[in-house]
Amino acid sequence: MRAIITVVGKDTVGILASVSGICAEHGANIIEVTQSVLQEMFVMVMLVNIDHLSGGINGLSQSMTKMGEDKSLKIHVMHEDIFNSMHRI
Amino acid sequence: MINMKDIMETVQMIEEEHLDIRTITMGISLLSCCDPDIDRSCQKVYDKITTYAKDLVSVGEQIEAEYGIPIINKRIAVTPIAMLVAASGGDPVKYAQTLDKAAKAVGVNFIGGYSALVHKGFAAGDRELIESIPRALAETEFVCSSVNIGSTKTGINMDAVGMMGKVVCEAARLTASRDCIGAAKLVVFCNAPEDNPFMAGAFHGPGEPECVVNVGVSGPGVVRAALTKCPDGDLTDIADIIKKTAFKITRMGQLVGAEASRRLGVPFGIVDLSLAPTPAVGDSVAYILEEIGLAQCGCYGTTAALALLNDAVKKGGVMASSHVGGLSGAFIPVSEDAGMIAAARSGCLRLEKLEAMTAVCSVGLDMIVCPGDTPAEVIAAIIADEAAIGMVNTKTTAVRIIPAIGKKEGEELEFGGLLGSGPVMPLNQVSPAKFIQRGGRIPAPLQSLKN
Repeated sequence: MRAIITVVGKDTVGILASVSGICAEHGANIIEVTQSVLQEMFVMVMLVNIDHLSGGINGLSQSMTKMGEDKSLKIHVMHEDIFNSMHRI
Repeated sequence: MINMKDIMETVQMIEEEHLDIRTITMGISLLSCCDPDIDRSCQKVYDKITTYAKDLVSVGEQIEAEYGIPIINKRIAVTPIAMLVAASGGDPVKYAQTLDKAAKAVGVNFIGGYSALVHKGFAAGDRELIESIPRALAETEFVCSSVNIGSTKTGINMDAVGMMGKVVCEAARLTASRDCIGAAKLVVFCNAPEDNPFMAGAFHGPGEPECVVNVGVSGPGVVRAALTKCPDGDLTDIADIIKKTAFKITRMGQLVGAEASRRLGVPFGIVDLSLAPTPAVGDSVAYILEEIGLAQCGCYGTTAALALLNDAVKKGGVMASSHVGGLSGAFIPVSEDAGMIAAARSGCLRLEKLEAMTAVCSVGLDMIVCPGDTPAEVIAAIIADEAAIGMVNTKTTAVRIIPAIGKKEGEELEFGGLLGSGPVMPLNQVSPAKFIQRGGRIPAPLQSLKN
């Protein structure tokens, strides 16, 4: 199973490090990362493997949300299937 | 990986444009619970619902967390209770209380099916159930009720229409201290669909399987946001954008429905392709119509714009789902739609316009607040008019009208939550009493010579 993590917010030092840190903590293996910065807005999309999560997708999602709140970032963790079904026929 | 633009589009739909799964509704057949003893029958009903639906809420929450898509309501629809009353006799309200208790036990927020299908006439249990509806709705919290009084194939049962006028008034009167909420949980249908997942009109039709999961999607906010990106397109472009957006919304409903069905071990029924508004700002069908180019919903042009919207939603959605059903189309519940509330308050949206709109959209006169002293015959005549539109046009129509007891035009009712709030709308009070009192049946219409 794979999930997609999206991060949106003001660009600061260490966002990627914090997000990947939480991934490592929960056992989510990062497969691919795309990011861009547009007029100080940081947008990152990360594809992770969630087959061996320590606390389930809920645990990962909660840790991400909490970190997002601390750093004023909007972070979503969503199952890959939702994007596949919506954008591919 | 899927491209970044698509990913961010989905996230934005959920985060800012109120995209959600409006409801996962489990339909449960109660035919096996029929028993000549009403108490035994009630016990069987309770046991069956609490067994079949025990994981419904937790599975809904799991899917919500995993997929990151909000699932607002988990609900249950059951076999029309009049069929059980036919076998057991006794006070039908006992069934309502049983349904209420079962809904509370499994944690769903509405249970529909306190219903009777009387489009051609009354069978055993039907009259008893209909007469008990006001009490049942006043004495329970989660139970929703519906009555089908007409169909294209059978015509309209005007005896039932007359009864329903009184029942609607009585349901409002018995709950007058709670903003007449009883009448907000009661729908009178023509051509009622058997697999509708939306309340208050959901019931599990006699042609449905033992147990089934149906899904209702939402997303007026998403459609409107998509249209804002095309300020100068012509109506062909507008229809195209709506179709594409409806496709995406429905794909999500299909995914969630299939997943819920797999996890619950219950067959997947249908996706209801509906644009269901909520009182939240931005989640309004009226705003879509205004985005298309009307200064305010209710002005001339509203019916045409709604016809375009409704048709495009269906065309986009049909390809996205393996099975489509329920009401499918745009909903226009006045009190649940911020734009409709504003239009009704300003006087731009009137009942006559709403009635015309129901000829081209998926439902009928929905969540309309009328003066509390409206005679039952006037309510019955509104039901008859609406049923006639449905009967002749081979479509579902419905009436959910709430007489605001003790209130007059200009005042408001506040239901709270998804039911919203609504201003008391003026009605033409000239008496149709004789017409309603005649009773009998309006014959089924011709299906040819259509002009």
